[in-house]
Amino acid sequence: MQDILEVQGLTKTFQLSAKQQKLERTKQKVRVAVDHLSFTARQGEIFGLLGPNGAGKTTTLRMLSTLIRPDSGDALLDGASVVREPDKVRSRVGFLTSELKLEDCFTPNYLFDFFSGLHRVDPAVRRKRKEELFTRFGIDRFAEVKVANLSTGMKQKVSLVISIVHNPEVIIFDEPTNGLDVLTAKVVTDFLQELRSQGKTIVVSTHIFSLIEKLCDRVGVIINGRMVVCDSLERVCDGLSLEDRFFEIYKETAGDGE
Amino acid sequence: MSGILTIMKKELSRFFSDKRTVAGILLPGVMIYLLYTFMGSAMGSSFGVDEDYTPTVQAVALPASMEALFQQAGLPVSSIDLQGQQAAKDAITAQELDLLVIFPENFDETVAANTFAGDGESAPNIEVFYNSASTASHTVYMELTQLLDAYEAQLVNKFDINARGAGGDLATEEDSMGSFFGMMMPMLLMIFLYSGCAAVAPESIAGEKERGTIATMLITPIRRSHIAVGKILALAVISLVSAASSTIGTILALPKMMGMEGAGVEMNASIYGIQDYLLLAAVIASTVLLLVTLISILSAFAKTTKEAQTYVVPVMILVMVLGVTGMFGGGASQDLVSYLIPLYNSVQCMTGVFSFSTLTSGVLVTLAVNGVCTIAGVALLAVMFNNEKIIFSR
Ligand SMILES: Nc1ncnc2c1ncn2[C@@H]1O[C@H](COP(=O)(O)OP(=O)(O)O)[C@@H](O)[C@H]1O
Ligand SMILES: [Mg+2]
Repeated sequence: MQDILEVQGLTKTFQLSAKQQKLERTKQKVRVAVDHLSFTARQGEIFGLLGPNGAGKTTTLRMLSTLIRPDSGDALLDGASVVREPDKVRSRVGFLTSELKLEDCFTPNYLFDFFSGLHRVDPAVRRKRKEELFTRFGIDRFAEVKVANLSTGMKQKVSLVISIVHNPEVIIFDEPTNGLDVLTAKVVTDFLQELRSQGKTIVVSTHIFSLIEKLCDRVGVIINGRMVVCDSLERVCDGLSLEDRFFEIYKETAGDGE
Repeated sequence: MSGILTIMKKELSRFFSDKRTVAGILLPGVMIYLLYTFMGSAMGSSFGVDEDYTPTVQAVALPASMEALFQQAGLPVSSIDLQGQQAAKDAITAQELDLLVIFPENFDETVAANTFAGDGESAPNIEVFYNSASTASHTVYMELTQLLDAYEAQLVNKFDINARGAGGDLATEEDSMGSFFGMMMPMLLMIFLYSGCAAVAPESIAGEKERGTIATMLITPIRRSHIAVGKILALAVISLVSAASSTIGTILALPKMMGMEGAGVEMNASIYGIQDYLLLAAVIASTVLLLVTLISILSAFAKTTKEAQTYVVPVMILVMVLGVTGMFGGGASQDLVSYLIPLYNSVQCMTGVFSFSTLTSGVLVTLAVNGVCTIAGVALLAVMFNNEKIIFSR
């Protein structure tokens, strides 16, 4: 299989404001959120980034989706560089995280058309995709209801659909099941598997072991912004459960003394 | 280009699909109209008396000449004798009676004899009692003194001024209306334009940051400059609608406020020609674009709509000060250099249009200067949209 996403030495540091320093009880002025991170994801697979809170998963995915720029390093998405060709990357990737919000005063129908417009999707294609996706997620009945009046689950489904209006080759999903009720979570994970069967590449981040075990072909373990292990799920686990194996790895890494 | 249109359409439908935001934009105009009208009528009623009010006047020793004069002026008067004067004074204090007039005995004869001319002591004196706390009493008093003065002047007429329709004010309606509009309108327009912009831009820029909806747009391939241009254009349109509402409210209410209604003086905006309105429209358009850009940039620095609203306060003060400058100096500046200063030049152009003292080259310089500033501002805004420190500031 072909490598479609190549991440090469991505690094991102944040300046901590005085307020943040106090909040996090640290004297450090800079925080290395992501530290020379490299991995590759292959076409048609689900790649999982596993790590505890604060490990740098969200920061990594935000760099991949061009929301923020890396300090150094680069990532090639289907050959397009997130640093040099952000526009190309943006047309090829669908990014979903809970921090990307939809405007309350619009309906799913309007938003689908609006974002299709921003992605320059052909109107005929747009109509067809909208019908398919709205039916698939049961949004059709709520197509004319303002986002403000939708349930949390329905909002999440609308966000998911909006993030893929342009039928991207790579879908990046930060904590896909966080805050979702079990039914919506199931709808989402089923859909990710369906996308994989269509040959799409999916990168998810999570701290939930079972989600990785259920979905992912390959997994990268991030601790303190560094990629500690990156391999197929089988080889990472090495006969153990993912959970047990993770804590082994965590102990070894922590033993390095940060 | 299509990106700009998409963003514009979204911004416009965001405002115009919500009844509350539309009301928020149009309400100031309605409020201004109601407030001014109310103020006008409150002022009018405290200075005037109802048209069909019948004053009550009592007179002692009313001479025949005066009886005729009173009748002509429509002042009903009843005669009393000198013993009744205390009762009458009490009635005036109690605001039950409007006026008491005491004539000297044989008033007509004494006046006719005219033996006292030139000496202030022996002239017959008319005593008039009134109550200044009562609007009606005070008004009738003023009316009566005028009446008596006129009667006196008529008795000893040596010459008249502007009598029988000769002579008069030679200022054209255009000149007087022009200088009035020229004083008022630039300041009002600037404030209305500012208010329109300040009502929508912080919400659209800082609000989207605060709610996390701008990031959703930023991960699409739309160009940042297109977002900036689309937003600025849409916000300018909305601000114009808001400013138009306030302006219409003011124009409709001004005659009432000035007490001109019914006095035969019409606020007449038709003294301006098509050309004046076109010039004004161009100046307003360039001003609103610049203002909205300025306020958007300030809003982009803010983390929340509230914070943005405090950031734009200095602009409000600036606009007010600039608006006031238009009230001085008698017409527009004829010095081209003063048209190089953004916003100040807008005020000068507006003053020029309203007071018929337009410096055409000044208007052109204004449009150019404001245009360049707007373009630079939009470019800056686009750069800011691309800056993660600004978009994701915590
Ligand atoms: N904008 C920011 N400013 C300062 N620190 C940040 C910022 N974003 C993330 N961080 C820090 O970077 C580290 C990694 O965060 P994040 O990528 O959100 O982790 P994860 O998603 O794995 O939980 C954390 O310590 C977090 O506090
Ligand atoms: Mg995270």
